[in-house]
Amino acid sequence: MNLSLTLTINGERREIVLDDPRVTLLDLLRERLHLTGAKKGCDRGQCGACTILVDGERINSCLALAISYDGAAITTIEGLAEGDKLHPVQQAFIEHDGFQCGFCTPGQIMSAVGLIAEGQACDDPERVREAMSGNICRCGAYKGITEAVIDASGKLSAGKERDAA
Amino acid sequence: MSDAIPMPGGRNRFGSNSGQPLTRRDGVLKVTGAATFAADNHPDRLLHAVTAGATVSRGRVTFLDVEAAKAHPGVVAVITPENRPPLAMDPDEKPTRFSFRTEVLQDDTVRYAGQPIALVVAETLEAATEGARLLSPRYEEEPARHGFDAVDTYEPEAVGVGAPAKVGKGDVEAGLAAATRRVEVRYETPGQYHNAMEPHAIVAEWDGDRVTLDTPNQALVMSTGAFAAWFGIPAENVTIRSPFLGGGFGSKAIIFGGQVLAILAARMLQRPVKLALRRDQMYGPVGHRGATRQEMRLGIDDEGRLTALDHLTTSATSSFEEFLEPASNASLNTYATPALLARHKAVRWDIGTPGPMRAPGEASGSAVLESAMDEAAFAAGLDPLEFRLRNYAETDPASGKRFSAKALRECYADGAKRFGWAGRPLAPGQMRDETGRLVGWGMGTALFHAPMFQAEAKATLRADGTALVETAGADMGQGAWTALHQIAADGLGLAISMVEFHSGHSGLPDGGIAGGSGHTATAGSALHAAGTDAIAKLSELAVGDERSPLFGAGNVGVEARDGRLYRADDPERSESYAEILARAGLSEIGGAGQGARDPASAEERAMFSHGAVFAEVKVDPDLGQIKVSRLVGAFAAGRIINPRLASSQLYGGMIWGLGFALEEQAVHDRRSGRIMNANIAEYHVPVNADVPEMDVILVPEDDPYVNPLGIKGVGEIGITGTVGAIANAVWHATGIRARRFPIGIADMLTRPQAA
Repeated sequence: MNLSLTLTINGERREIVLDDPRVTLLDLLRERLHLTGAKKGCDRGQCGACTILVDGERINSCLALAISYDGAAITTIEGLAEGDKLHPVQQAFIEHDGFQCGFCTPGQIMSAVGLIAEGQACDDPERVREAMSGNICRCGAYKGITEAVIDASGKLSAGKERDAA
Repeated sequence: MSDAIPMPGGRNRFGSNSGQPLTRRDGVLKVTGAATFAADNHPDRLLHAVTAGATVSRGRVTFLDVEAAKAHPGVVAVITPENRPPLAMDPDEKPTRFSFRTEVLQDDTVRYAGQPIALVVAETLEAATEGARLLSPRYEEEPARHGFDAVDTYEPEAVGVGAPAKVGKGDVEAGLAAATRRVEVRYETPGQYHNAMEPHAIVAEWDGDRVTLDTPNQALVMSTGAFAAWFGIPAENVTIRSPFLGGGFGSKAIIFGGQVLAILAARMLQRPVKLALRRDQMYGPVGHRGATRQEMRLGIDDEGRLTALDHLTTSATSSFEEFLEPASNASLNTYATPALLARHKAVRWDIGTPGPMRAPGEASGSAVLESAMDEAAFAAGLDPLEFRLRNYAETDPASGKRFSAKALRECYADGAKRFGWAGRPLAPGQMRDETGRLVGWGMGTALFHAPMFQAEAKATLRADGTALVETAGADMGQGAWTALHQIAADGLGLAISMVEFHSGHSGLPDGGIAGGSGHTATAGSALHAAGTDAIAKLSELAVGDERSPLFGAGNVGVEARDGRLYRADDPERSESYAEILARAGLSEIGGAGQGARDPASAEERAMFSHGAVFAEVKVDPDLGQIKVSRLVGAFAAGRIINPRLASSQLYGGMIWGLGFALEEQAVHDRRSGRIMNANIAEYHVPVNADVPEMDVILVPEDDPYVNPLGIKGVGEIGITGTVGAIANAVWHATGIRARRFPIGIADMLTRPQAA
């Protein structure tokens, strides 16, 4: 049984043939396309390490069956930087030390990018903590994560205002 | 924030890298998804392996539907005790002191729920997963043994990793008899699970009788010997690559059966095999913090001084192996008392074997010691901080030795000031916030050993003036790749940008164990020594060569900084490393170094990091919800190599303390013995919203005895002190002493309020 689908992954259109309907979006990315930035921490949508953007919205890719996403545009951590130029959220995570081991980091960053795009109040630490609570960091780098999201959100909205002016 | 602490004059040259709050050297790799963790590897012709786990806690497997599994498309092999190829080592043997008995399909016995009972290997992960499910095991089940009152206790010979089960001094019974007040309390702590974000994983690939393993590992070189023993090959035939560990916390220091089975399958099938545990498979086979029941007796005199301290822990271990949480030993080194007893008993349950988990012994023991001290302070009518100061240990209570350094008074003072501790009412239930929630303040003392293990390192100065440093260390998030790099650069007198740092590979010099909060001190000392050794050899070349401006400086010495050697008495006379090497016609010059504690210092001094943690909690009086609203920790841990990373370690440790106090526990079904919350949603670990405003203060401390660099460790101390501080704050808010962890809503609602 072969199932075909088309995905745009990090801007690149990919024709994909699957031999198995059970393949999740996460396992497709990791095991078949070798885009291993998104991580499998629980495979149950409980930890957030697999967070990616699908059509601009953050989702747990471990809970998504790949064949149900035909035609979707997907952004993973590998597609965030422009060449050597880090995305402001990536840069902020380094500057604010928003990680230790780095395993949850791709998910944290994709979640933060999605959160900022949702237009939520990212200047309020309490709101950021709540909205980032689907992404567990066992190392406990939450202070840096919260600071990074607030900082990057401010820079991104300042950039937008400049662009608009 | 503390900057570099100057070393006492002349003891050791120390450069400008250490003490700087550099960002992580591996930061770009980690924020772009380019950091490669074990399960990210995909060698050609890779097979996927999935273990099937027992669904009962005790008994025998009587049937596995192997045919159904093998019939599933894509399944390549099903390995059970019936057909498992032989291993070179008996599973009861222990090749290293960190080896535990484990399950490698040696027989049909089930010793705990979740134990691997078969391995299914397939072309795809999906096929292997389904194959494992199709095995539909049947069992001859025996009743599970679980619970402190359900089984007999026994007297263990040792606790932790070879620590004595009973240590004491003085006459505890006489001390208690002489006391004017006594506090006798019993606390319990549950089984807790490491839950590193990265599930344990291995990719194994054989080439003849050599095997390469991509697997996260906290003790690389030691583990090559252990893997080699399983397969009857020399240790040098085992290569472990562990460039990144997605958290370890002790659980990745010990080899577990699944790793051995994956390697075995790869040899059997002559193809690379990947095994990555599911989250639920991390509840049993890969260790945990064992449950404890702790009984404490404290005697206090009229002055509020301890007359005796007795700490008895009953630790739970598995039916087939022993790792006993050495919780009572947390009471050995903290408070002054004329009579002291730390002792342990043990019980065997049908569970996976516990193991070291971040601050093993100290976390559970400190939780209870600090809670009991708080109870004693109230009994004595004293402020908890004042009570601790009255019982301040000027020398190590257990050994009588002087401390190598102890800036605990400064920690108490700085932490209390930052927190605003002054004016705290003695009685509980006195404070409310603007929304009517009950507010409480609590504190605890933090303490952790400052050990060193054994490590080796190499340093090579190259013709272009750059250098390479190498040690098989492990970075599981603590920041070793950065802190060790900083130390190594200082040993060489070079800017960090001039030094290439290689680690995380077992082919490098033995970097020792990343554990026990001793990795930076041990591997760092080795790297620094390797650098100074290389510089010494370079100096010999220069001072012995009449063409060098440093010729003849052998007696006055030279100093290495910024890639040049300077005459110690004349900074105008210098020469670059590259010039010295070029003139000597050398392409490079190498040095080697070792890191280990000076036995004389260890004999003479007691060595610990110290700290003080202050907590504020708010409790909803109607719903019983507990929220930590503030945490302040002040820690003195010798020289801080990188304040940014050290602070992060301490924050992380304190967050673990929060999890211990209010969230974490494995809940076992009483009939089946199975863990009912073996997942990361129902086993609660702190999430971002649980974490309050936090403050970490790095209290300067110069410790000239721990090692020449003055480095202690910060990986584990943060959890100690914090658990007690939060529990004490809950009591101060509500008057309720839960005396079991985690403290939850049920404790707030079902017990009568004392206040």
